[in-house]
Amino acid sequence: MIAAIGLKDIRHSYVAEPRSDEDFALKRMTLDLADGGAYALLGPSGCGKTSLLNLISGLLRPTEGRILFDSTDVTDASPEQRNIAQVFQFPVIYDTMTVYDNLAFPLRNRGVAELEVDRRVREIASMLELDAMLDKRAAGLTADGKQKISLGRGLVRSDVNVIMFDEPLTVIDPHLKWQLRSKLKELHGRTRRTMVYVTHDQTEALTFAETVVVMKDGEIVQIGTPIELFERPQHTFVGHFIGSPGMNVLPCTVEGGKAVLAGQPVETINAGLWRGNGKHLELGVRPEFVSFATEGIPVDVVKVLDIGRHRIVEAQQAGSRLKMLVPEGVSVPTGAAHIRFDPLHTQIYEDGWMVS
Amino acid sequence: MQKRSLVPILYIVFLLLPIYWLLNMSFKSTNEILQSFTLWPHDFTLDNYRIIFTDPGWYMGYLNSLEYVAINTVLSVSVALPAAYAFSRYRFLGDKHLFFWLLTNRMAPAAVFALPFYQLYSAVGLFDTPWAVALAHTLFNIPLAVWILEGFMSGVPKELDETAYVDGYSFWRFFFRIFVPTIAAGIGVACFFCFMFSWVELLLAKTLTSVAAKPIAALMTKTASTSGYQLGLLAAAGSLTLIPGAVVIYFVRNYIAKGFALGRV
Amino acid sequence: MRKTVNQKAWFFVLPVVLLVAFNAVIPLMTVVNYSVQETFGDNVFFWAGLRWFEDVVTSERFHDALIRQCIFTALVLIIEIPLGLVIALAMPRKGPWVSVCLVLMALPLLIPWNVVGAMWNILALPDIGLLGRSINALGIEFNYTREPIAAWFTIILMDVWHWTSLVVLLCYAGLVSIPDAYYQAAKVDGARPWAVFRYIQLPKLRHVLTIAILLRFMDSFMIYTEVVVLTGGGPGNATTFLSIDLVKTALGQFDLGPAAAMSLIYFLIILLFSWLFYTLAMRNEAR
Repeated sequence: MIAAIGLKDIRHSYVAEPRSDEDFALKRMTLDLADGGAYALLGPSGCGKTSLLNLISGLLRPTEGRILFDSTDVTDASPEQRNIAQVFQFPVIYDTMTVYDNLAFPLRNRGVAELEVDRRVREIASMLELDAMLDKRAAGLTADGKQKISLGRGLVRSDVNVIMFDEPLTVIDPHLKWQLRSKLKELHGRTRRTMVYVTHDQTEALTFAETVVVMKDGEIVQIGTPIELFERPQHTFVGHFIGSPGMNVLPCTVEGGKAVLAGQPVETINAGLWRGNGKHLELGVRPEFVSFATEGIPVDVVKVLDIGRHRIVEAQQAGSRLKMLVPEGVSVPTGAAHIRFDPLHTQIYEDGWMVS
Repeated sequence: MQKRSLVPILYIVFLLLPIYWLLNMSFKSTNEILQSFTLWPHDFTLDNYRIIFTDPGWYMGYLNSLEYVAINTVLSVSVALPAAYAFSRYRFLGDKHLFFWLLTNRMAPAAVFALPFYQLYSAVGLFDTPWAVALAHTLFNIPLAVWILEGFMSGVPKELDETAYVDGYSFWRFFFRIFVPTIAAGIGVACFFCFMFSWVELLLAKTLTSVAAKPIAALMTKTASTSGYQLGLLAAAGSLTLIPGAVVIYFVRNYIAKGFALGRV
Repeated sequence: MRKTVNQKAWFFVLPVVLLVAFNAVIPLMTVVNYSVQETFGDNVFFWAGLRWFEDVVTSERFHDALIRQCIFTALVLIIEIPLGLVIALAMPRKGPWVSVCLVLMALPLLIPWNVVGAMWNILALPDIGLLGRSINALGIEFNYTREPIAAWFTIILMDVWHWTSLVVLLCYAGLVSIPDAYYQAAKVDGARPWAVFRYIQLPKLRHVLTIAILLRFMDSFMIYTEVVVLTGGGPGNATTFLSIDLVKTALGQFDLGPAAAMSLIYFLIILLFSWLFYTLAMRNEAR
């Protein structure tokens, strides 16, 4: 019943007759989502992640390309035929119905027997802790209660191929966000349905998903596990966007297979792979992997910010600023100092992309 | 084209038919009207319009109508603005009752007020002036304007006011420099409705005028009944009354939908 | 919205209160005054108590006008509200045709009411009117100046022509304010078009439909000019509605006492109906 989802060479434009590449909200891409996985589509506003979601659910039809559920071509199928569920940014509930009827609605529309409807609704309601309010009018619930109903309408059907979430926690109070998020994670563990979660919040994406798809300007920049995104950002954008504070990106040169920064050679994992065709070279290293040393790259310590277990140190290096994370118990020098980078977590980027 | 777009198309055809027939008649000569049944003017003439535009007895009627409509619109909206602000921002003694009382005036049949208005405006010496009609029409236009504006104003967060005060604006400077521009669309809609109801109402307008300030539409009925069967002239005069409405709609076309929900959808 | 208590706000509403009071309170007092007095001219008045009210309430003429009025208003509501709703549902939501549709539909609302009457007069004339002649050509005897049924038919059609657009525009405004997500969720949930209407559109239109019914009730109950121009209340008294009857009494016969009493009863009926309907609609909403 559950299916692997394949997007083959899809492109999408909201313009009637797209001419240039600019007209495409989603650039050409191919993406495979495995059966039962928990995915997040992560990126800033306007990067095309909601468009991509609506393509999968069938609310939009791609301008080009095919969409496959297992081996069935569903490009022209309606959301109903695709058998998917979707939870929207703002809770959608049927105001005049009770919570029970709201949950039963998708089943009744499909002609499921009333006995089975009752069993499923009660099961889902207890999973979502909605049992106590089944007879209440849905309109009277709080925002998180309403969002639970939206979610419940997706879960209640036993045959959905994929459940999609479009920034579902936007209108939820901060202290409840965490609760609902762990609920989602727990539900995924219990049901093993494929779930796709769209968000611009890295914390939401990294805590929910097994695989994160990072997007920018209508393109996928990297697909990976949270650890991969953290340790090996394939693009400086991923480095910036994920992690707090983001990755340091410093202009550098490469000479004889070694990166050179401020006249000093720096060990990296990939400088040796560089073939010398790109214009713009940069060195990327996360603040976590920068430390003070007795010798190395000279810097001036500019600012120290205590955030509890760590301190964020801002240092001036030649023309650019960089940030480093210094753990408790390590002293921070004032004024001039030297720093070194962890060679296993320092990468070279060419025109934004990691050299490989 | 979808099948369902047939519904609005048919409806619009139904709306346009009487208007077409009126225009059709207005371009016919009296002879053609009385002696044959024609779907379009075979003997096309502008005579009917020529009569209207050359006789002050006719065209002054338009100017009179426009005059009291303009006075009424300006007056209604300008007094409704501060009142609507008060209703949308403050609680005060009797506010709810006052608001309800204002709205009940929208439910007052003009026929009930015709005679007392005649006496009232005669007594204060305003009978047969545009001011009499303009003031009389405020009876239903002010409540309407307050209601519409209150709806639009309630949609503006109170933080806007507070930010302005923090930034050192005095109340009136804030009101005219920031608040009024913010609800410009609402003011436009309120003006539109005041124009509309003042322009279309005739029982009061007719009762409160005799010669000098007679509105066009009233003039039209009179002429049509006294000077025999001048249907062409009647149709021409009627056709001309469509123009101000059409012009006004054109200006508010982008706000029509929201406007008709009176800002509170 | 949270509101602050501020008694000075009274200064803001003062101009409105003064103007409306001048227009509403003084005439209303005049009416009340007349309604309890008897006059034989020359501004000499005698106390008449509630006689005029008794007269009006028991008069057959008033009963007939009231019944005609109620039938007319009921017919108008039964036709215009569903028709307006259907048209609004069928209208496009986006694109260049929206403005065109809205402008054309709003047009009848901005035509002076006696021009509306005159227009339908010309249209329905049995010999030279498009409508009248067409119906006669079908072999149906149609003359609205002679037959009550033809007169009623013409008046109802005229009112539908004149006011259905108001319902359309209100409903349309309500429909476009429903977020897309509702329709998308309904698609995902597999809802049929009927279910979308019943569970999404209709509940969201509650508020505007309440306004539409209220406005159509009030305005149709007060109808005067269009009907006077078209039929003059005839043939006979067949289309004499309350306002027409009132003006005949007050301005035609100058029977000030009965006219004043009738005015008050008339006004009270409208207020009572509006209040009842509004209260019921709001109570349902609260539940």
